[in-house]
Amino acid sequence: MIQTLAFYLFASLVVASAVMVIMARNPVHSVLWLILAFFNAAGLMVLVGAEFIAALLVIVYVGAVAVLFLFVVMMLDIDMAAMRAGFIRNFPLGLAIAAILLAELLLGIGAYQAGGLQLGTPDGSGQAAMGASNIEAIGTLLYGPYLLLFEIAGIILLVAMIGAIVLTHRESKPGARGRQDIGKQISRRPEEATVMKNPETGQGVEL
Amino acid sequence: MIGIEHYLVVGAILFVLGVLGIFLNRKNVIVILMAVELILLSVNINLVAFSAFMNDLVGQVFAMLVLTVAAAEAAIGLAILVIYFRNRGTIAVDDVNRMKG
Repeated sequence: MIQTLAFYLFASLVVASAVMVIMARNPVHSVLWLILAFFNAAGLMVLVGAEFIAALLVIVYVGAVAVLFLFVVMMLDIDMAAMRAGFIRNFPLGLAIAAILLAELLLGIGAYQAGGLQLGTPDGSGQAAMGASNIEAIGTLLYGPYLLLFEIAGIILLVAMIGAIVLTHRESKPGARGRQDIGKQISRRPEEATVMKNPETGQGVEL
Repeated sequence: MIGIEHYLVVGAILFVLGVLGIFLNRKNVIVILMAVELILLSVNINLVAFSAFMNDLVGQVFAMLVLTVAAAEAAIGLAILVIYFRNRGTIAVDDVNRMKG
């Protein structure tokens, strides 16, 4: 009973906040609704016992991606009214396509409900060991048979990080203040960099 | 009683909302990126639901990969957005024609 209640709560909230993401006038509000949607999706995943993915969803999406979105939205100075132009004009076409898509997907689910095609049965390699928690079982899989997948995920993140840095890095102009000229630095000799003086007492040094 | 169909319907609705978001906010590329995130979230919900239903954890491993790709995509997309804004002073994507494509 409580599971049913929790499911409907999370499901309706995730759908409602997804609607608000695409309808909100202000992109900052869109990001905040997106965060709510992710929290509720994490709740849905906890309900079926996928705690690790739920935690990952909150950490990665809310902690990293949503904050990234917020930064970018606040950094860019955008004319929101101009951005909204065409919203009404696109509405009928978008709604029609969405209705067709939803009908197709529900048709697929209905067909699945009538009895799925037997494409094969799980071979049991992905089954959780008895008594192991969700995280433990996923760890056994990730560092075992799916190690390559795990490392590919790491490479993807590394490439994305380097790509983002390379794209947004701004080279400062030569001769600008604070710019380091390595060639000039290492070609300096001690003779031209330092002078020895023996000033009289009470007199300054003229450099 | 909650079955897998309930989860699939939630995933389907989220997917459709993501597609609708792309259509409605054709100018605002930030909201388009958020709509893509919604689509990927619906994929994750489906993967996790089937994983729980079939008692096969591989679906959750794959959901993790989808999450990684989604994060990388958001980072690169927003980086491109920032340099585009720096060059043009606008992010209206429906009249992007620099490359004459």
